[in-house]
Amino acid sequence: MKKRYLILALVIFSIASVFIGVSNISPLDLFSLTEEELQVLFVSRVPRLVSIVIAGMSMSIIGLIMQQLTRNKFVSPTTAGTMDSARFGILIALMVFSNATPIQKMLVAFIFALLGTFIFMKILDRIKFKDVIFIPLVGLMFGNIVSSITTFFAYKNDMIQNMASWLHGDFSLIIKGQYEMIYISIPLLIIAYLFANKFTLAGMGEEFAINLGLNYKRVVNIGLVIVAMVSSVVILTVGTIPFLGLIIPNIVTIYHGDNLKKNLPHTALLGAVFVLACDIFGRVIIYPYEISIGLTVGVIGSAIFIYLLLRGKAHGL
Amino acid sequence: MIEVKQLSKKYGSKYVVDDVSLTIEKGTITSFIGPNGAGKSTLLSMISRLLSKDAGEIYIDNQIVGQVKSNELAKKISILKQANHIDIRLTVRDLVSFGRFPYSQGKLTKEDWIYVDEAIEYMELEDLQDRYLDQLSGGQKQRAFIAMVLAQNTEYILLDEPLNNLDMKHSVQIMKVLRKLVDEKGKTIVIVIHDINFASFYSDHIVALKDGKIVKKGPTAEIIDSCVLKCVYDMDICIQDINENKMCVYFS
Repeated sequence: MKKRYLILALVIFSIASVFIGVSNISPLDLFSLTEEELQVLFVSRVPRLVSIVIAGMSMSIIGLIMQQLTRNKFVSPTTAGTMDSARFGILIALMVFSNATPIQKMLVAFIFALLGTFIFMKILDRIKFKDVIFIPLVGLMFGNIVSSITTFFAYKNDMIQNMASWLHGDFSLIIKGQYEMIYISIPLLIIAYLFANKFTLAGMGEEFAINLGLNYKRVVNIGLVIVAMVSSVVILTVGTIPFLGLIIPNIVTIYHGDNLKKNLPHTALLGAVFVLACDIFGRVIIYPYEISIGLTVGVIGSAIFIYLLLRGKAHGL
Repeated sequence: MIEVKQLSKKYGSKYVVDDVSLTIEKGTITSFIGPNGAGKSTLLSMISRLLSKDAGEIYIDNQIVGQVKSNELAKKISILKQANHIDIRLTVRDLVSFGRFPYSQGKLTKEDWIYVDEAIEYMELEDLQDRYLDQLSGGQKQRAFIAMVLAQNTEYILLDEPLNNLDMKHSVQIMKVLRKLVDEKGKTIVIVIHDINFASFYSDHIVALKDGKIVKKGPTAEIIDSCVLKCVYDMDICIQDINENKMCVYFS
């Protein structure tokens, strides 16, 4: 899995992504586009591509960071309650401020996602039985508890339908003017890259990190803030893309090890390529209709997840 | 010089380290011996600031541990706890390069890489440097972690049971390296060790602990004595002189 092949795949899929859709635009028309075709391109196709690439990269990277910080290969925003807590936050934002702006929603979602992830980390500290598979199961249970509370309040307030849009990742609704918040992820990912060495070190355990003079608690907290922030941004713009933060980092670390400085670029690229491929697949398979990304990644992702679990058991990961 | 003064640590109402005072001279190997639960590892963890203390003071080169910045301390003293449990997929070279973290914060300079190369060479890991840790045997892994500590280039090196899970050949290999580090590079090494014969053959000083208290401390020859060991381990241990060393026979 060389970096240049991933870049090549990313370019090819990106081009394909821009030219696939109901209104037919051919790459050959690129220099003689009509007004309408230009509109389609810049209002819908390009924003869609940008959000796919950024969401794919960000979710994979925060998954990797979470796995490193918890020292468990099966922890990710989907399996640690982060996503469920963010959704709870959005609901609260909608209930408290009747006309919540996207930024308000994002901030409240962020606070909840952060709190939820902290609670999960606290539970993790207290678990004596550190089985690799037991921990994500605890996370899933915790997430489900949060999510049932969300459903309860949503039901009481007639907002169940509203909720569905953050439950399922969907790129088809992304148009210019509604997705720009996802750009907030980019500076966060850059910070993550700058902290890569520190995250790797933190992943070797608290005592190991302290021996080398690392401020362990601060680094873990910075990591969790990045995770919570990116999760909230992605969930509000795209929705939930399940398992992405789990399968991509796992595949990359099998080949490139756990040194974040080395495997972050691969993780970002593979994440983007994977989501792009899934999105194109979902758009083509029942053309001219499409399947949402949450479903495609969910189906393919959960199959890979089960495979990784079984493989992990065999390899004692 | 490391000075420990009236150090105590308790869990609940039980003292695991109870009013311990000792001095560790520069350029020596000091072994902490004693039965399980004697407080050896706890003492080592407190000296290296991994664990908080309940009473007493620790001075490293006349500076109080706890008042010095953690990052500065990381250039003076390093600790390696039972490393076999760390299951991170790093290459040996990456791991060793993390030893330079206190100096470089992750951005290694040319000089840092020289230390990394030296450490790898010293531990004879050149052929293994691009292998992942999980592909190594217990002995190789232990050598890789010691190489990391060497790259950290601290004057004081603390090791918690460095021979754990190693066979005889690798145990001897590690102990010889430690001896060499003291004799050639002037390092000061403190180890927690269960095998009293390794302690007897390789250390300059021994601190014998039991129930959180020091039973006796002193030069190796004074501690490897059937009276002292009877008091520490509650066992009759017969001591034989082999060449210039003392060997403990405790199997019957």
